Formats: sequence, C-alpha cells, structure tokens
Amino acid sequence: MIEFLFRRIVIAIPTILLISIFVFGMQKILPGDPVLAMAGEERDPATLAFLREKYHLNDPVPQQYLYWIEGAVHGDLGISLRTREPVLTLIGQKLPVTIQLAAMALIVAFFIGVPAGVLSAYRKGTWIDWLSNVVALSGLSIPNFWLGIMLILLVSVRLGWLPASGYVSPWVDPVKSLETMLMPALVLGSGLAAALMRHTRSAMLGVLKSDYVRTARAKGLSERTVLVKHALRNALVPVVTVTTLIFGDLLGGAVLTEQIFTIPGFGKLVVDAVFTRDYAVVQGIVLCTGIAFIAMNLLADALYRILNPRMRMS
Amino acid sequence: MTRSATKLALAALLSLTAQWAHAADLRIGLQDDPDVLDPDQSRTFTGRIVYASLCDKLVDISPELKIIPMLATSWTWSDDGKALTMKLREGVTFQDGTPFNADAVKYNIERSKTFELSKRKSEVKSIATVDVVDPYTVKFTLSAPDATLLAQLSDRAGMMISPTAAQKEGADFGLNPVCSGPFKFVQRVQQDKIVLEKYAGYYDADKIHFDKVTFLPIPDTTVRLANLRAGDLDMIERMAPTDLASAKADPKLATAAATSIGYQGITVNIANTDAAKNPIGQSKLVRQALSLSLDRDVINQVVFNGAFAPGNQPFPPTSPWYDKDFPIQPRDVAAAKALLKQAGFDKVDVEMQGANDPQTQQLMQVMQSMAAEAGINIKIVTKEFATMLKDQTAGAYQTTQVGWSGRVDPDGNLYGFVVTGAGLNDGHYSNPEVDKLMNTARVSTDEAVRKQSYDAAQKILLDELPIIYLYHPVWLWAYSKSLTGFVPYPDGMIRLQNVALAN
Repeated sequence: MIEFLFRRIVIAIPTILLISIFVFGMQKILPGDPVLAMAGEERDPATLAFLREKYHLNDPVPQQYLYWIEGAVHGDLGISLRTREPVLTLIGQKLPVTIQLAAMALIVAFFIGVPAGVLSAYRKGTWIDWLSNVVALSGLSIPNFWLGIMLILLVSVRLGWLPASGYVSPWVDPVKSLETMLMPALVLGSGLAAALMRHTRSAMLGVLKSDYVRTARAKGLSERTVLVKHALRNALVPVVTVTTLIFGDLLGGAVLTEQIFTIPGFGKLVVDAVFTRDYAVVQGIVLCTGIAFIAMNLLADALYRILNPRMRMS
Repeated sequence: MTRSATKLALAALLSLTAQWAHAADLRIGLQDDPDVLDPDQSRTFTGRIVYASLCDKLVDISPELKIIPMLATSWTWSDDGKALTMKLREGVTFQDGTPFNADAVKYNIERSKTFELSKRKSEVKSIATVDVVDPYTVKFTLSAPDATLLAQLSDRAGMMISPTAAQKEGADFGLNPVCSGPFKFVQRVQQDKIVLEKYAGYYDADKIHFDKVTFLPIPDTTVRLANLRAGDLDMIERMAPTDLASAKADPKLATAAATSIGYQGITVNIANTDAAKNPIGQSKLVRQALSLSLDRDVINQVVFNGAFAPGNQPFPPTSPWYDKDFPIQPRDVAAAKALLKQAGFDKVDVEMQGANDPQTQQLMQVMQSMAAEAGINIKIVTKEFATMLKDQTAGAYQTTQVGWSGRVDPDGNLYGFVVTGAGLNDGHYSNPEVDKLMNTARVSTDEAVRKQSYDAAQKILLDELPIIYLYHPVWLWAYSKSLTGFVPYPDGMIRLQNVALAN
C-alpha cells in the first residue's frame, strides 16, 4: 500500500507541473490588460509603465512563468494585485470554508443519494423507483441559483429561521456556523444527491443480478444483510469514484452557491480574480485545485483497495 | 437563594448590555468587495464607501456639491490662482495617536505624487510644492492654476493617512490602514467582511452613534435585499431599480435616492485608427440621427423601472453645470431619417460594443430597436469589461456603450474625454475651440467664467456628439426604518455622522 501510494505521488509531480504550465498559458491568452484593470480610471502612462515593469509583464512569457514557478516551489505564490494580500494567505483563508461547504454538501448528498439509489434499484419498477427518479431528475434540473434564492426568501425572509447569507467559522461559533451553512449545503447537496442516486442505482442493479448475491440469498441470509453487506459494498466502488471526483470539483469552488449565499470561499475568490485580472490569485487557486483533485483521485484509489480486496492483489 | 438572585440579575444585566452592544452595531451590505484599502492605491467605488467611515479628507462636499471644511477649516487662493493656503483643524489625531498637522499633509500629498503605486498622481499633478507655513497652515504652490484641485482634495487625494503607519508599512499600508476618520480598522476577510470600530479620539465623536460598523460585500442584488428584509443587515447600497417597488412596499424599510454625478452614454470612435472610418465615426449627422432616434424616457422606464435620470449632457439636469439651453430632445424618428438622408444614407450599420452584464445588454437591445426605426442598424458586440476597455483604448471599435462614475468638479466629467490627446479620449476627438474653452475653465477660479466656458463647449459638443449621453444612474439605498439621520449624497457615499439606530 505504501509503495503504491509513493509511486502514485511520484507520478503526480509531472502532472502538477503540466497543470501549472497550462494555467499560466491560459491566463496569458485571456483578453484584457491586467494593468488597465488594476489602474481603473487612472490612466497616467508613468503609473501604467511602472506596474508593467513591477509585475514583469514586459518580460517574455516563459520567463514570467519561471519567476512564478520559482516562487511557488518556495511557497510564495505572489500577492493579489487587487488587495496586496499574499495569495497563500488568501488560499489559507478560503480553503477551509470551501472544504466545510463541500463536506457538508457531500454528507447531504450521500445520505439522500445512496439510500435512494439502493431502494430504487431494489424496488425497480415500483412507485418508489419512479418517485426517486422524479426527485433525482428535479434535483439535477433545478438550477442552484434559483433554488438558493427561493430558499432565502422562504426560510430567511418569510420564516426568519436561518440567516440569509454570510459565513461564520466553526471555530468561532459552531452552531452559528451550521446555521449559515445549512441552506447552501442543501442547495449544493440536492444536485449532487441526484447524481449519486443515479450512480448507486445503476451499480446496484448490476450487482443484484450477480451470482454471489443469489448465493447469499440461497444461504438464507436476511435481505438486509444481502443488500447492505454484500451488494452495496461492491456497488460502492463506482460511487466512491464519483464522490471523490465531485469533492475535487467542489474544492474548485461551488461558484454559484457561494455567490448567492455570499460564502467567502474559493469560487467567489476565483471569479473576482478572473474579472479583475488578478493573475497571481487565479494561478494559485487553479494550482491548488489541481493538487486537490490529484489528492482526491489518490484517495479514491486507496479507498477501492479497502472496499474491494481483489484490487489489493494487482 | 440570594446567590441565585444575584446570578439572575447579573445574567439580566449581561443580556441587556449585549443588546446595547448589538444596537450600536451597524451592518451595511455593499455591492462588491473593495480593493486594497490604501487611498493612494485603491480605485474602486466601493472602497470609497468604506473610506467615508475610515479616512477623513481635507475638505468634504455638501449634498449640493459645494466644497465644505473637514480637516481643513478654511482656505484662500492667491490672486494668480497659483497658490492655495489651508488652515488645518487643531487637536486631530490619527487612529494610532500620530498628531495631524501641516507636516502630515505635506507627507500625504507627496506620497500621492511620488509613491510608485499611487493612482492619485494625475489628481495632484498641478501641485508643484507643499510648504509648511506653521504647524496648522499649509501652502500648496501650483505649477499652473487648477480650479479642480479642491474637488480632488474632497476625495481620495485629500484623504489623510497616518505618516507613521505609512512609513512603517509602505506598499502594504492597505492591509492595516490608519487614518483620522470616525472609525478605525479592525479586520478584513476578503469577499466576506470589513470590520471597523469607533475611534474614541475622533474630533467630532459626538456625531458618531455606532461602536462598530461591518461592511459585507453581497454582489447579488436580490440576496442583498433579502438580507436586509431578514434583519441581517441594517442598510444596503446600490439597490437594483427593479427592487425599488418591493422595498418601498415593505413596512419595515425606508429608501433614499440621489442622482449621481456620473453618466452613461455612447462613446464614438471619431479618429482612433482606421476602425473610425465608417458613417457614424465620420459624420456628425449620423450621430445626431442616432441621438434623435432614442427615447431616453422610455429607456429609463423599460430598463430601470423609471428610477434613473434621463440625460443628454455630462452633468445631470439637476446639476448647476447643466446647460439649460440644451434640454433633452424628444424622440423624432422622421427628423432622424432626414438627417441620415442629408448625410447621404438611407440606412447605416453601426457596431456597438458593451459589457456582458444583463442591464447593459437590455439597454443596448432597447436602443437597437429604437434606432432601427430610423434606419440605423445597431450590431451589438458583447465583451467582458476589461476586454472592452482595452479594445476601446486601442481603437478597435466603432462605438461603445460605456459610462463614467463622475467627479465633483465638472472638469472631471469632461476634460479627459474631449480634449485633444487627453487620457480618456478614446475616440481621439479633437477640436481646437473645445480645447481652448476646456483649458480656460480648468484654470479659472471664477465660477461664472467656468460656467460660460462649459456652456460654450457644450454647444459644440452637443452638435458634434463625440459622446452621446443617455442617462445618469441614481444611487438607491434601502435601510431599516429604525435607522435615522441618513442623508443621501450625489457621490453615493454613506456618511455616518448623525446616523443612529432608534429603538
């Protein structure tokens, strides 16, 4: 297992380098002049020239990349051109927020999606199956921003149960933190639950037809044991893949949800950074997201091996 | 028994003080997150709203846009208009205890002029030297007369920051700003909140009724209003015109409005690269036809629910600088068609670029259908704002729907856009007569002379139309009814002097 992990981490290094080159290149292709975006209504040519010089924007692109990657290797991702805060500080501020939102959304999604998927596979063709499918389809089709605003209007404005938006850290006030995150997690989780439900259902349908499930039933095991211990465990392999990929996705920022509920996470940061041409911030975030994605994939592979002993052999 | 009674009383007292503390906290919802909080470096409108609580200026403006004393209590101009002497308020300290005096003013102006990251350079360009006459008198010597200087000093260029803090922090001053305003900086989490608390040493502390002010950037207008209605905010700025009716209908809310000093219009490429070689760039008759084909009232009703102010000049009709001899012309399709014919066209094609936000899109579509009736076929090109701006500067455009946030002095709304070679003149419009009038207005401290020059320039500009003005945004605020004393200003700022929460 340790050898496997080590090998995977070594393979990940060139991937991360490729991501960094890609991100840097994409940024340079973006239209619009970062210096003009920075200067705003001030167009003093001397100021513009100074800014260009200061941020190495006159140098050839490969050289600019080298400046950046050299800093990045030493843990310096540069500073935000917009607020002058170090990018690493910003990431340190925003990442826990996004992780909390992503984790809560996944919990919501997992506890709705997986049982619904199991049930609808087990009761295939009945009203339960039909109902789960309709709910799943609605979950997938209802746009986050619409559901979010409707929830705010109903729960916060009309009923006054939860705060309409904002963020409180769980270290400061755990209850308040849960209160502010509940609606966003529900909104984000509802769409994901639908995806998880569909995946669980199809995996379960496959597994329930297999020989060992028939054998388990023939042994006289209870339906519950057959379903949970034998069928679900195997069916979970693709579900875990999807879940970890979704989690990696969420770390990149649940942009719309964060925007509506004004959660100061990665998504809001990256959108603002793109619009203000805050290159260093965009690069830092995409690099971090890339690394997170690779880490999530690694976690998925490790989890397979725990769930499915056959995979430990190869 | 007595012990539990004491406990109870203590608990009651605690909850009471907690309520007091809450009552003295103010939460304001902003439309976007400010940039760096250094008055010399920052450029966003939203940042200025925060500064109104954080940093006092040498002079301020009244709601009627007159210059009034703030850190400077009085001032005089020399006869040749090349020296401005200011008397400073005594007994003022910065929030770190540094005394405010003529040396501090000298430091601040020199920082604005020479600090490499300063975005105030062009605003204080006319100041050649700053001399400390005595601890509370400062004299600005100008390289040339500059009537706009006082107005510049009523905004970021006139904000005084603590020299001690600025010298210590350098370029990172904005991470921990220290000024002399009624509130001092406590904490900022980007895109989340900016927290200020009352500065006990403020010279005008009697007028301040909050212990803490929190600014929360909430970009979505619907969500911002929902937060206010749910009681999570006390006030919101830049409410969407479409939300005005529902805010007014809410018995718990009050609203306020002020016509802004900015404008929105159509900037035409007159001579910036070959892209200007098209009917609208070459013929003022075509530009006049386009202007006549638009019904500015209908635009206001359709796109802004009637909440904004239609306009045809760089100053709103409510401004003292507005030229009343040229009122907004009513829409006249027949006259527009006749003008096109006179220019030698039956139909013309016009490419118009605009920012990719829903409001701009809607505005351009309304104009498109109006102009079409007069034979002007507008092709809408949507771009992301920074790209649009770049193309406009580079001359890669025919017309742009774009605006200007506005300046207190009329010069700031006109000079840079119409004078030959000026920094914001992206259409490369050039007319020696206009240049002459603009320069006369710029150096005269006599308001009558200035008004005359602007009116004369206006007469030419409204005929040649390098910019076709459309409307002036109206700042809309909504706030809890228990908030008293709020005065709307045409600069869109929130001044907290005399604002209080009634219980």
